[in-house]
Amino acid sequence: MQSSFQHKQAAHCENGAIVNLLQNKGFTISEPMAFGLGSGLFFVYLPFIKVNHAPAISYRPMPGQIFNRLAKHLGIKIKRRKFSNPQKAQQALDENLKQNIATGLLVGVYHLPYFPDEYRFHFNAHNIVVFGKENGRYLVSDPVLDYTVSLSEAELEKVRYAKGALAPNGHMYQLERIPEKFDWSPAIRKAIKKTCRDMLAPVPIVGVKGMRMVAKAIVKWHKKSGAVKANYNLANMIRMQEEIGTGGGGFRFIYAAFLQEAGEYLQNDDLINLSKEMVEIGDKWRDFALEAARVVKKRSNTENVYQVLSNQLLHIADLEESFYKKLKKAI
Amino acid sequence: MKENEVPQDESPISKKGSTELVYAVDENGKMTAVQSKGWKPKSEIQYQNLEHLNQLTEQARQNVLEGKCSPVVYYMELHKMDWQTLAAYMKSWTFFIKRHQKPSVFKKLSDKTLQKYADIFEISVDDLKNFKG
Repeated sequence: MQSSFQHKQAAHCENGAIVNLLQNKGFTISEPMAFGLGSGLFFVYLPFIKVNHAPAISYRPMPGQIFNRLAKHLGIKIKRRKFSNPQKAQQALDENLKQNIATGLLVGVYHLPYFPDEYRFHFNAHNIVVFGKENGRYLVSDPVLDYTVSLSEAELEKVRYAKGALAPNGHMYQLERIPEKFDWSPAIRKAIKKTCRDMLAPVPIVGVKGMRMVAKAIVKWHKKSGAVKANYNLANMIRMQEEIGTGGGGFRFIYAAFLQEAGEYLQNDDLINLSKEMVEIGDKWRDFALEAARVVKKRSNTENVYQVLSNQLLHIADLEESFYKKLKKAI
Repeated sequence: MKENEVPQDESPISKKGSTELVYAVDENGKMTAVQSKGWKPKSEIQYQNLEHLNQLTEQARQNVLEGKCSPVVYYMELHKMDWQTLAAYMKSWTFFIKRHQKPSVFKKLSDKTLQKYADIFEISVDDLKNFKG
């Protein structure tokens, strides 16, 4: 039983799991730092993969990537395990808990009973940390909530064995080895470079180019499939962008916080100035979400609403492109 | 976004008594973490989305009652699934699962298959066989 576990709320689940796992090993790291060092900022548009009938748009790298990158940059070793047999998965978890090892789990959101209905979709890459077991119930620290919750064995098995895209298959992870001292400066440099490379990648569906592709697609959705379908796709895009901190607007602010922290650490004023610029870009994303919400609610009186939205997104892509180019030089 | 601009609107998450964390600029120009109850445009989109899915479910219910498709479709929509997700839960291929939407094919399904569906949808086989809406 781990009674000493401290739960810390986070904007995004994966960062939160990292922060909580490290903190309980006695290493304090802020969420923005974890996000930045994990090169968490990303964008990818996958028109050929449908999620809830809408084309997939992701504002983050593949689940687990943020932690993996952070671990690589800081020299941490993570132990990850998957199980084809749910019983073995439970045994392994129980054993960890007996040894007082807080364990990260990848789970499906749909069957999590403590989430409101509006959040419960078949999305299988949510991170939680299990830190104890009391009276047959698992004590769970869900990073996006500001309190801890508990799940029964059956409930936990259900979410660990959610099916569909990115099925977690009982995926669990724990910290295996942490270096005695972290070497922050090279880690920060490498992580920022990685983010710039990702966002400026010469691939049409990734990074800034991916945003441009979505911008064009918004107009196409309307022309080809009508307003209902276009609104549905847009709604999904905004949900991906704003929901449980998995998205665009919120991520920009976290990254800005990271740049500020990094700038102070490296005593690099350019980074601090760029942090301010990132806040402005984050505000633009919020404006975009607001306008899209109006369109979805059919409250917008502007003509050619889809063209307006498209232009807004293109503008953001331009801003971000010049931003990452500057960031690359600043480091 | 400034610290005092962080939205504090009622939202699905605030109804559960939680908040969400967002990062904003405080009065000294520093980034800081702020708890937010929610943001109205986001909540509206979530409500709208749920509404849309409820409509699909209602439509499916009508279709099943009129004999146009099998109860599998209704329960699939009720659980916000699509064919790929349902097929993954059934450990089968989308092509086979999709055929089960035809009432004629559905009638011939074995009890074993029906039991699998019933377990996934958390209902009894009887509920599947005698759909009452």
